[in-house]
Amino acid sequence: MALNGLQLSRRRDVRKRWLLSAPALLIIFVAAIGPLFVMLAYSFMLKGDYGDVKFGIFSLDGWTSVLFQRDIFDDTLGLADAHLTILWRSVKLSLYTTVVTLILGFPTAYFISTRPPLSRDIWVFLVTIPFWTNLLIRTFAMQQVIRNEGIVNSVLTGLGIIDQPLQIMHTDTAILLGMVYVYLPLMVLPLYASMEKLDFRLIEAGYDLYASRLKVLWRIIIPLVKPGIIAGSILVFIPSLGAYVIPRILGGGKNMMLGNLIELQFGAGRNWPLGAAISIALMVLVMIALLFYVRNASRSGAGHG
Amino acid sequence: MPEKPDRNAIEVRNVSKLFGSGSAQFAALDRVSVNIRENEFFTLLGPSGCGKTTLLRLIAGFDYPTEGEIFLYGKDIAVLPPFNRPVNTVFQSYALFPHMTVAQNIGFGLEMLGKPKAEVAARVAQMLKLVRMEALAERRTSQISGGQQQRVALARALAPQPRVLLLDEPLSALDYKLRKEMQIELKTLQHETGITFIFVTHDQEEALTMSDRIAVMSAGRILQVGSPWDIYDKPAERFVADFIGESNFLKGTVSDIQAGTGQVRLSSGAVIRATLAEGFTPGGEATVIVRPEHARAVASGGQLSGTVETVVYFGTDTHIHIRLDGGELFTVRQQNARSRSCGFEVGDRAGIEIADDGAQVLRD
Repeated sequence: MALNGLQLSRRRDVRKRWLLSAPALLIIFVAAIGPLFVMLAYSFMLKGDYGDVKFGIFSLDGWTSVLFQRDIFDDTLGLADAHLTILWRSVKLSLYTTVVTLILGFPTAYFISTRPPLSRDIWVFLVTIPFWTNLLIRTFAMQQVIRNEGIVNSVLTGLGIIDQPLQIMHTDTAILLGMVYVYLPLMVLPLYASMEKLDFRLIEAGYDLYASRLKVLWRIIIPLVKPGIIAGSILVFIPSLGAYVIPRILGGGKNMMLGNLIELQFGAGRNWPLGAAISIALMVLVMIALLFYVRNASRSGAGHG
Repeated sequence: MPEKPDRNAIEVRNVSKLFGSGSAQFAALDRVSVNIRENEFFTLLGPSGCGKTTLLRLIAGFDYPTEGEIFLYGKDIAVLPPFNRPVNTVFQSYALFPHMTVAQNIGFGLEMLGKPKAEVAARVAQMLKLVRMEALAERRTSQISGGQQQRVALARALAPQPRVLLLDEPLSALDYKLRKEMQIELKTLQHETGITFIFVTHDQEEALTMSDRIAVMSAGRILQVGSPWDIYDKPAERFVADFIGESNFLKGTVSDIQAGTGQVRLSSGAVIRATLAEGFTPGGEATVIVRPEHARAVASGGQLSGTVETVVYFGTDTHIHIRLDGGELFTVRQQNARSRSCGFEVGDRAGIEIADDGAQVLRD
């Protein structure tokens, strides 16, 4: 079939665009997808004696030890309680973080989006300021606030409200506080982006039609900013699940999350196949969460179309 | 004209609304008082920024007055939140809920009032029929045309059977032909439902054709309240005369006042009899207005004389602009008859005959 000039030039255009994106695609393959395959391969190999893996020796040990452990004495398989505890803690704390940042972020975003345009920019700017500081430093700052001799405890004991300082450090609560603090902006910004587009006359229309403030919130505002709620939840949940620095510093050695477990296997644990298997399991968890959200998002998106 | 019951649905007393603070403070409403009768089609007419929408929002409850009181059937509602007022609004851009169907939109108010499901469904069906939208009940509001959205907005506001319906320039987003249709439809709907309508518009033609009474507003004040005839034929102030229809303004002195009329000696020396605006105070120079169709161009005679400057043909009528001997320009509108020119050409001398009762003396 003969192609006319227009079709030919359009074809050339498409090819040119591919060329333009080639550097980016190259980086994605070399730096992201490539290592992923390396990890996948490692997870199916036998562990080396001093770390690393024994190349070419296929083994499912890495994967079985994600959930199971071999008994030292009779060699039977039992559930790896420690791993399950860490998995459960990771999922639980990530869900808590998502819910708490949503509860704190929603009114914040609503407040910002109802300011006059000029001060709106200032508020958004203020929300993003923590990003300027390294995560490590922000986490240490949180440590200073909640440790036994920290600000919270000194004020509370100073005022005579409590006799003994509250033990917050090295608990799940400490990790939760740290993650809420660090990830809150990731919730506020997409929520704000959604609310900024909200037509506030719809809220007036709701009031006009006898809806109380709570009813307006449930029936009008929340359904309309649902895309922002979903985006914010994804942005908070995913990094929470893989958090490493925050549980390491605020949780201490006892309260590990998946990120710490992975680090342990590649470091002192000298079990690279297990580390690789947990990493991939974590990724699958994240993908399941994403799929769930995307399905929800497209359903609510259809509602607007 | 059907008999309107003589009872006030809304009483606005001395309401002021200030926005901003310090030197940037301004009064969107400045001590406004007005009574709106039950079952009346009442229009707030004025240019943008005159405070008409602010007044509507105060009645709806979206804003609260800085000063003054608003009564709904004798009950002070000025401080009630909007969801506690038996008043509903048709918004300028309709503000339909995009995440609900047409039927859900219409039923929303009843649902919020806690009406049983069956009652809501029955009322929604009734409203859909009233605005002829039965076929589109399950559509999303984004899937229907502007005119249909307008009808849904109307049905949604009427469904809870409000005591007073507020309409904030509801027709401004529609094209000309659809707007004309909706004007008639609105008027019919008001007649059928017997609900008091308060209608906000900047379109004088819309106001004249639809309203029982009109309040003309400017700069946060109500200048005049009256029937379309009162407003058009007996404007009280220059702003009103200028904003609604076309007018010729003349200067003169008033004497021999009796029964709302007076003898006016125009600056040209001619003397005419004119009605006086309410609140007119004699003394000094007064402004007299004559509508172009209340005057006639004549070959000789008449109270005024001048030279024809332009003749503009409009199909149904012709506008003849006459430069008066005193220097002012005077427009006469003459109805056209078939295959006959208006009888004047540019440069002709012409007299102007002002009909008895054709002139009005303004109060300012």
